[in-house]
Amino acid sequence: MNIHFLLNGEWVDLSDIPDTQTLLDWLRESRNLNGTKEGCNEGDCGACTVMVSDAQGTKALNACILLMPQLHGKAVRTVEGISGPDGMLHPVQQAMIENHGSQCGFCTPGFVVSMAVAHLNGDSDHDTVLAGNLCRCTGYAPIIRAARSAADQPVPPWMLHDMETLRGDAGAEAAPALPGSSDALAALLLENPDTTLVGGATDVGLWVTKRLQDITPAAFLHRCADLQQIQSTDHEIRIGAAVTLDRLGAAMQDLHPSFADMIRRYGSAQVRSAATIGGNIANGSPIGDGPPALIALGAVLQLRLGDTRRTLPLEDFFIEYGKQDRGRGEFVEFITIPRQTDRLRCYKLSKRFDQDISAVCGCFNITVEDGMVTSARIAFGGMAGTPKRASHVEAALTGQPWTKETIAAAWPAWGLDYTPMSDMRASASYRSETARNMLTRYYLEDLGGSVSVLEVQP
Amino acid sequence: MSVSQPLPHDAAHLHVTGTARYVDDIPTPARCLHLAFGLSDVAAGRITAIDLSAVRAAPGVIAVLTDGDLPHDADCSPSAHDEPLLAKGEVHYLGQPLFLVVATSHLAARKAARLGSARIAETAAILSIDDALAADSRFEEGPRTYSKGDAAQAITNAPHQIEGTFEIGGQEHFYLEGQAALALPQEDGDMLVHSSTQHPSEIQHKVAHALGRPMNAVRVETRRMGGGFGGKESQGNALAIACAVAASLTDQPCKMRYDRDDDMMITGKRHDFRITYRAGFDDTGKLMGVEFVQYARCGWAQDLSLPVADRAMLHADNAYNLPAARIESHRLKTNTQSATAYRGFGGPQGVVGIERVIDHVAHHLGADPLEVRKVNFYAAATARAHDTTPYGQDVEDFILHEMTDALVTNSNYHTRRQAVIDWNAVNPVLKKGIALTPVKFGISFTLTHLNQAGALVHVYQDGSVHLNHGGTEMGQGLFQKVAQVAAARFGLPLEAIKITATDTSKVPNTSATAASSGSDLNGMAVKAACDKIRDRMAEFLAKHHQSDASNVTFADGKVCLGDHSYTFAEAAKLSYENRISLSATGFYKTPKVAWDRIKGHGRPFFYFAYGAAVTEVVIDTLTGENRILRTDILHDAGASLNPALDIGQIEGGYVQGAGWLTTEELVWDDKGRLTTHAPSTYKIPACGDRPDVFNVTLWDSENREDTIYRSKAVGEPPFMLGISAFLALSDAVAACGPGYPALDAPATAEQILHTVQKVRDGI
Repeated sequence: MNIHFLLNGEWVDLSDIPDTQTLLDWLRESRNLNGTKEGCNEGDCGACTVMVSDAQGTKALNACILLMPQLHGKAVRTVEGISGPDGMLHPVQQAMIENHGSQCGFCTPGFVVSMAVAHLNGDSDHDTVLAGNLCRCTGYAPIIRAARSAADQPVPPWMLHDMETLRGDAGAEAAPALPGSSDALAALLLENPDTTLVGGATDVGLWVTKRLQDITPAAFLHRCADLQQIQSTDHEIRIGAAVTLDRLGAAMQDLHPSFADMIRRYGSAQVRSAATIGGNIANGSPIGDGPPALIALGAVLQLRLGDTRRTLPLEDFFIEYGKQDRGRGEFVEFITIPRQTDRLRCYKLSKRFDQDISAVCGCFNITVEDGMVTSARIAFGGMAGTPKRASHVEAALTGQPWTKETIAAAWPAWGLDYTPMSDMRASASYRSETARNMLTRYYLEDLGGSVSVLEVQP
Repeated sequence: MSVSQPLPHDAAHLHVTGTARYVDDIPTPARCLHLAFGLSDVAAGRITAIDLSAVRAAPGVIAVLTDGDLPHDADCSPSAHDEPLLAKGEVHYLGQPLFLVVATSHLAARKAARLGSARIAETAAILSIDDALAADSRFEEGPRTYSKGDAAQAITNAPHQIEGTFEIGGQEHFYLEGQAALALPQEDGDMLVHSSTQHPSEIQHKVAHALGRPMNAVRVETRRMGGGFGGKESQGNALAIACAVAASLTDQPCKMRYDRDDDMMITGKRHDFRITYRAGFDDTGKLMGVEFVQYARCGWAQDLSLPVADRAMLHADNAYNLPAARIESHRLKTNTQSATAYRGFGGPQGVVGIERVIDHVAHHLGADPLEVRKVNFYAAATARAHDTTPYGQDVEDFILHEMTDALVTNSNYHTRRQAVIDWNAVNPVLKKGIALTPVKFGISFTLTHLNQAGALVHVYQDGSVHLNHGGTEMGQGLFQKVAQVAAARFGLPLEAIKITATDTSKVPNTSATAASSGSDLNGMAVKAACDKIRDRMAEFLAKHHQSDASNVTFADGKVCLGDHSYTFAEAAKLSYENRISLSATGFYKTPKVAWDRIKGHGRPFFYFAYGAAVTEVVIDTLTGENRILRTDILHDAGASLNPALDIGQIEGGYVQGAGWLTTEELVWDDKGRLTTHAPSTYKIPACGDRPDVFNVTLWDSENREDTIYRSKAVGEPPFMLGISAFLALSDAVAACGPGYPALDAPATAEQILHTVQKVRDGI
């Protein structure tokens, strides 16, 4: 494939780039840009973090699972480009030195890039920004001190060049595997229904780097602008399949803040900036965090094959482990959430609070009127082979008084809904017990009780 | 003077710009080949057939080697010669290298390595501590025991007794830079190896052996590692040997780095332990007798397990005088990765064992654990008589009484402990906990002959200084500290000192940079080398000016003698022109240490380093979720060589120690497959896991022993401060019911919820 992108301020035009070529390997092996490090090769450590700009803004992404075709038309800045052209240090680099933010130094370039991107975007929520950068030496304290001390420094001029250059670029013709609209994608899939669809490559990237799998033929979705729309009406919110998780989180902030809080814990900043909600749904993972919340909200999925479209409740899309209701050549076009009063609470349990895959993810949407439960939609990840509704529990609650006794009476229903498994993340019994306890937490929270360790001060 | 200054890490400007060079960043000559291992898919058995035809046919493959293809015996073990580079018929763990792929790219080698097919006649795998005990599968002939007095009788005679069992998980090092090596063939069969290792001399030794060559044919260079933590003390041997052997066979440069999953599947980790204990004590909690049985799961090869298990025994007392003690240690051999060195080297397991005992005693008595700790502390350094450890060493430098008092005051411990109790009384779902734990850590290699170091210093005629020593840089700032020593000896600014890569051809026969000993040993060796040159220059100048060498001073970049003042460069040039040698080696060996590990008696440690931490946590009793709210640390680095670097070790050590005991869980399935072999499933602390409030202070006092500028070692001791987080979680669980929260480690959310239930049930 031919691609055209900006690297540290200079245009690069490449031909015959394989679908599976990662940016990290190319930087290190073909460009001698060795500042970007490989720590895990799966997007979990952030040592390979690079800055990527496009029309939607500037983000930090993991280069190890960033496939080169995804870069067409974008700008990349590596740690080598974070310093000024004359070698002048970026304020975050200077602050990292002064605050002793590096020890072994291997994670440092990734931290520097994440920090520089946040600095550029004026984002001072350092714990969130840096959750995807692992450091084994410092205990993070000096890094946070560095981020704080650099926050008030002005953005260096060279950090603004990429956006200006992109705006002035006439662009280069995109390869056929880089469709520019959902119509083009639909046509491509009709012709080649076995095409691998690559949204953010936060999952497909691992097929490449860990399973060592070829993904050809592949189509890359980042140019399908119409799939990146979030449209809001009085009745519904329609979210395009290629909307990234960071944008979904922002859209949910006012409507369903608990969902937004959970999305804050979805992967890391690097992952959320790449991962798409369509991918999170379509890959059918039983531990993806998007589907349980969307199911609890009563979301409806729209699938498209050529010009034929069909809709179905999201929960019906997941048939069994590894099997979804998606035909050959069909793709997820968008998902629709009905507008509603916010009663949603999302509870994610994982070994580590940030940047971890859920052991259990429970999403509760329970409506209470005059002390009676009038409707209940409860869905879980991590409790079955698919994201799954707790139909029996919902039935046990609906029409009952909203009391401790009702919750206790629903106890046996949990066993009818779920028989979870044990794995390295949690045992079956822990999953079952905490799933039940989450309903108690929802109830106590509804009554105004203190139930979150996050809200406690020393 | 440069010592005691909080200067940044010497390579900080390279780190932040991405220009610090690690092994995989070294530009390679043309035709460099890349290596990958094919791994065993079963934990135990005998290879009956191995089909590598698909591997050989894969794109880019140059050669595929099995054990039979190796020109010489290739052994990776740092101890018992029991780790063949490639399996010799027998398979000992799931993940063991069976064959070696040599290919034109890293990716080609990795892809080809997956295509091998080994038929292995499986045998029953010994995976757990219980399996090993049942099969009597162990290293050494039987358990090792250290004892002092009659512990069993003392326990029986005591007014109160407790007993318990404590499971303590292992820990993956998760150095951010995976294992890596690069071998460059030289003329006449010699070999240059770049290795990410804490122990270049061992790499040299093992590579020479595998090439059938003397050590002088192999040169090993290590500029820096991207983290080590003990994981690069012996675990890099396999890659360096593989590269050297393949480079020798192909006469081409060979490079190998493990993909993260391979790294975690192949290499050893911290030993997991089971500790059973019995203790007898009086009404104040004063221990009268303690018995420990420590079971260490060592994995398939001996590696460093014996000294690791020894150090666990040597820290079974931590800060407490045990009038009678018996410590029995089992070193169990299992079909799992060979457990290896990890920051603390068994010490943390020993320390957490006695801290659990103290916590249990306090719970039994309904006392504040801090008071029980204090009544059991060793006698102070200032006391008339010193107490003796269970292994016969007098504790002469004990400063935890005053350190603990200071920390209690600074952290407002008593008020906060009461506030925690009050808070818990009105919060049914969330519970807080608080704990103060001390650490006393023995400094010196317990294998006494390792306590030596060498240095090589050159002064050039322009006054610039070239510094080299046997220590390696893994992020701890050793190079900077030692450069500060050199600068201080010559009275030069730090910029005049060139720090250079560790190189076996400059300083031979070095010990691993381990046991926290780096700056103690190498700082002294460098001081000796610098002083030799300085003395020669002083002697010459004194003679030149008909004065005495004792009148010559080196300060502020100047060399002065009476009215004569030279810049250091002028003095160096003048010395050179008068044929004064401006190059010197330095050597140091630690005094006073003498240890018999079989008898378990002597003075294994030159001195002890101390610290204490208070941690406050909150747990959620519905889910077990938890968070560290605040941590206050007071740590003893002696007269610090560099307070900024020392605080960095303390902050980082604490978080890593807390990670070991909380979120970092290694899980093996019933086939012996490690299922947590990547950061997606193995969770080291992330940014948000550090304490919200994190106060770290250095205890300002000189080392009583004559160490380099009276500083103390600081690499490992702070790791054990993380135990305060674990016992704070235990304290929070204790608020849930009458039972003792015998929390196992790691205290994952699941473990906490499970223990909350047991405590509620009064078990």
